[in-house]
Amino acid sequence: MKKPVIDAKGVDLTFQTNDGPVHALKNVNLEINKGDFVSFIGPSGCGKTTFLRCIAGLETPTGGTLTVNGLTPEEARKSRAYGYVFQAAGLYPWRTIRGNIQLPLEIMGFPKSEWKGHIDRVLDLVDLRGFGKKFPWQLSGGMQQRASIARALAFDADILLMDEPFGALDEIVRDKLNEELLKLWAATQKTIGFVTHSIPEAVYLSTKIVVMSPRPGRITDVIESTLPPDRPLDIRDSEEFIKIAHRVREGLRAGHDA
Amino acid sequence: MTRSDTRAEQVLWPLGFGLLVLVLWEVGVRLFGVSPAILPPPSAILAAILSSGPTLWEDWVQTVVKGALNGLWMGTLAALILAVIIDRFVFLKRGLLPVANFFAALPIVGLAPIMVMWFGFDWQSKAAVVAVMVFFPMLVNILGGLAAVDMMQRDLMRTYAASHTQTLLKLRGPAALPFLFNGLKIATSLALIGAIVAEYFGSPIRGMGFRISTEMGRLATDMVWAEIVVSAVTGTALYGIVSAIEKRVTFWHPSQRG
Repeated sequence: MKKPVIDAKGVDLTFQTNDGPVHALKNVNLEINKGDFVSFIGPSGCGKTTFLRCIAGLETPTGGTLTVNGLTPEEARKSRAYGYVFQAAGLYPWRTIRGNIQLPLEIMGFPKSEWKGHIDRVLDLVDLRGFGKKFPWQLSGGMQQRASIARALAFDADILLMDEPFGALDEIVRDKLNEELLKLWAATQKTIGFVTHSIPEAVYLSTKIVVMSPRPGRITDVIESTLPPDRPLDIRDSEEFIKIAHRVREGLRAGHDA
Repeated sequence: MTRSDTRAEQVLWPLGFGLLVLVLWEVGVRLFGVSPAILPPPSAILAAILSSGPTLWEDWVQTVVKGALNGLWMGTLAALILAVIIDRFVFLKRGLLPVANFFAALPIVGLAPIMVMWFGFDWQSKAAVVAVMVFFPMLVNILGGLAAVDMMQRDLMRTYAASHTQTLLKLRGPAALPFLFNGLKIATSLALIGAIVAEYFGSPIRGMGFRISTEMGRLATDMVWAEIVVSAVTGTALYGIVSAIEKRVTFWHPSQRG
């Protein structure tokens, strides 16, 4: 049997705050296999971002075991196992788009001769060819977020972790980027963890939808998508899509009532 | 309807007003027969500037180049080095910063006679006063700049497993530059004041502060005013140079994109 890329068993995380302990994650069990596109959906405070940060080794669980590529998240982070996309593009304004994508290559010590190849490849992937010499503040929000995805892809990590990457964008841009993200995923075969609070976005993108609920943050449902891998935008009007969206909504409501 | 001034208008407006002030000054002094010891007319000041060129030049080199500029780079460099060290070690931030705060509250000009004792009558003691004067505003601004990077940017660096030095050089250093330039603008005017005033407490027989105090004693106010004009022009020019460098180096900052 294949080993899962990300394996969480009974993960617990309690933050100590001034108002007493906050139970952010409780008994989270989840397996993510290679090539999966997994969405985490739930209301604010359900721990979806916290769980993604645990996978990234940016937070440390207080209980349970969590492995990434068979390593601890900390080791996986140090071996640069994943690219991370934040809600804001967070590009450095003093670097051009090319310079921003080059940043992880510089830090990780890629040989200089390889930089151009990496940058050209990911600029093509996110459809930003020709914008490499622009500065971030000369581009629209959607283009900036595409550049930040390119930056996360530049160093060829197998895992891509995305924390509400399109949350700040308008719906039309978001649709377009969702469509492009699916193409990119198909082209690169990456394992993707994707945090969102949009039901249509989660259903449209994912092979697996993880529904979470707050206080304490926990998983209430895991839905394996039955949609085909090839998904045009209008698949969102299909019966199959609506059925899955309905189940997600049920899961969210059940978590809310509990 | 408003439109922004053209380049020529930007220069001509203040120039016109400046000339008007000078004319009123000249007319006023002559009309009311003000004693030159109280206020000499602009024409007398201009005559003093033209007739004592070599003296003014010698004083300028002594005070501005040797005293102020040497003190400025020494104080700035010391602040930069200490800021990077304080930033690296948390216990220094807790222990050293309050001590630095205390030193900032010292009446710096009061140190001038002591500096003369330590470093002699020549420019070295003036540079020392200037260095102490500019040190603190530079330190505070650089530390503020280094802390100005938001959490997400730091997390991004962590996902790259970047070292402290890498984060400092590639992220926090560039992000601190606008703060550094703010400090530098304050420091240049402080440096000029410090270098001139420090000469009141003992100096060789040249220097702008020396000239101002001795010529005042001889009631040769036209020469005092000539030195004041030179220092005002110098201060404006230094500020302009720092601003011009700032515009080039931090072109990406919202305040400079204009």
